[in-house]
Amino acid sequence: MTSALITAATTDVSTEVGNPWANIGIFLVFVAVTLFAVVRASRKTKTATDFYAGGRSFTGTQNGTAIAGDYLSAASFLGIVGAIAIYGYDGFLYSIGFLVAWLVALLLVAEMLRNTGKFTMADVLSFRLRQRPVRIAAATSTLAVSIFYLLAQMAGAGALVSLLLGIDSKLGQSLVIAIVGVLMIFYVFIGGMKGTTWVQIIKATLLLIGVGIMSIWLLALFGFNFSAMLGEAVTTAGNPAVLDPGLQYGASALSKIDFLSLGLALVLGTAGLPHVLMRFYTVPTAKEARKSVVWAICLIGGFYLCTLVLGFGAAAMLGPEVISNAPGGQNSAAPLLAYELGGTILLGIIAAVAFATILAVVAGLTITASASFAHDIYGEVIKKGKLDTAGEMRAGRATVVVVGILAILGGIGAQGQNVAFLVALAFAVAASANLPTIIYSLFWKRFTTRGALWSMYGGLITSITLIVFSPVMWGAETSFFPDVDLALYPLTNPGIVSIPLSFILGWLGSVTSKATEDPAKQAEMEVRSLTGVGAEKATDH
Amino acid sequence: MTTTHNYSDFQQVQKSEQFQQLRKTHRSFVFPMTVIFLIWYLAFVILAAFAPEFMAIKVLGNINLGIVLGLAQFVTTFIITGAYVAYANRKIDPIATDLREQMEAAGAGEPTPVEVTGYATTAPGSGDAS
Repeated sequence: MTSALITAATTDVSTEVGNPWANIGIFLVFVAVTLFAVVRASRKTKTATDFYAGGRSFTGTQNGTAIAGDYLSAASFLGIVGAIAIYGYDGFLYSIGFLVAWLVALLLVAEMLRNTGKFTMADVLSFRLRQRPVRIAAATSTLAVSIFYLLAQMAGAGALVSLLLGIDSKLGQSLVIAIVGVLMIFYVFIGGMKGTTWVQIIKATLLLIGVGIMSIWLLALFGFNFSAMLGEAVTTAGNPAVLDPGLQYGASALSKIDFLSLGLALVLGTAGLPHVLMRFYTVPTAKEARKSVVWAICLIGGFYLCTLVLGFGAAAMLGPEVISNAPGGQNSAAPLLAYELGGTILLGIIAAVAFATILAVVAGLTITASASFAHDIYGEVIKKGKLDTAGEMRAGRATVVVVGILAILGGIGAQGQNVAFLVALAFAVAASANLPTIIYSLFWKRFTTRGALWSMYGGLITSITLIVFSPVMWGAETSFFPDVDLALYPLTNPGIVSIPLSFILGWLGSVTSKATEDPAKQAEMEVRSLTGVGAEKATDH
Repeated sequence: MTTTHNYSDFQQVQKSEQFQQLRKTHRSFVFPMTVIFLIWYLAFVILAAFAPEFMAIKVLGNINLGIVLGLAQFVTTFIITGAYVAYANRKIDPIATDLREQMEAAGAGEPTPVEVTGYATTAPGSGDAS
């Protein structure tokens, strides 16, 4: 019976699966609900603190849910389920890195960042160093990470459209990307961080309920026997190796090192992602920031456990071949599985959740990019901190529109390109340009401006340069230029080189620097970071 | 309270015994724990990449060592999270709160101290809201 269903699904699949109108309808309900939340939030968005930090009035639980919403992008939902369905065990490896990474945020970053900063990562990094150059560097790497991530999300939206709405024409897909983009601009423009946070919370709740129900359903089909499900996955795939590591990364010594490089970037990148860091400012105290991370770890951990079930479940019920041949390829595993389990309605829900995911993540990235430009570059560097709150909000909103339009154009331009590497690049840049400087400035007394600049620019430039001269661009089948081999760097992920290098540069720059930083500022930062004295308070309740 | 530091001066607070104690309490947990989970994670990744035949050893039915160790990563992440929260609540927060309250009473930490009038600079109950 299952096989009959599968063949039915695959024959339809060339154009569409399920009913696109059901998918659109359910998505419109999501839009209506979030729109309501955003408009409500906008009434309370009056100051820059409201706009960038949601008035610091969210609870740890709310913020933790929103963090999960921000973090669990379409790439991790569709991508990881698909990767497990096709590559088996190697897909599971991603999710472990994505989860363990939160311990860095919990132990070393979240609370101290909340205690010392105001709106952005740059607030913390420039606290005791020379304001201007450090702020510019931090804002540059924030914008770079946000834009790489944003482009990947927007390009993914195009692929999702063809898969779920049955729109195959380039014009139609561009139109949907534009609609998603305009909607997102509207959300962030009027709702600021408060509106964005509610969108994340609603989305995270839907996503977690969706994957939770599907996982329990799947397990029930196998009599709650995970081992039996794995057995079925092996039978369907006809390949016992799906349960073992190596299908995706085991090809050569080089691909194994590449995997190690990716693992490093994942585990150290998360706590340097500016849109994640910014979320810690939306709670009133460091203790609530801690609670946010704890809650986020529970939700994200639960989610990745579900993806393990969904991935192997998709492998068992559909098989890697069916998934690879469907439009959208690997990304279609979760939607196809939903259709297989619950027909049109479940597919519609999962499709709507996937869209909501893109919308919410893009909104989170946009407000981060906007804060970084309007607060760090315009407010602090150009206007030297003399901008009033109304001026800072005006600048923020203007940046939201510009970033949104760039995202739409970039998303349309990136259609059909293989941009999955952009997410890995965003993590690598976050791990090398941001994390070392965050750690040094919080924990190392002798850290200097020069160390910060060397580490941030060094990490940023190394990561991007290595990617430009990697097989992502040159010489391999999936490269942008498959016929010319200019890949001087043999790996697709720069982390294994750029992360240690940035740590070394930060140290070297500091020990060779003759300038000493203000010890009073260092004392203030350290005392504040640990005690929370003088930390920005909530503006309303 | 045993010392005579000026609580509105960050450098003096930084040198105080109580603050040094706070810093030590914080670092003596987070640093070793970070090293431990990073080594454990990297060991896992290296095993998965370079010893796939080890990871393929069946443990229970179709469940192999790779899946068991992968799930163990989840378990340790949850355990470390819980351990940190318990430690922070018990050991870190009391010292931090005490210091913060004394400093705030002394008028420290306001971005622009207009005039030091003692308690008037901070809202009451600005400690933990949980």
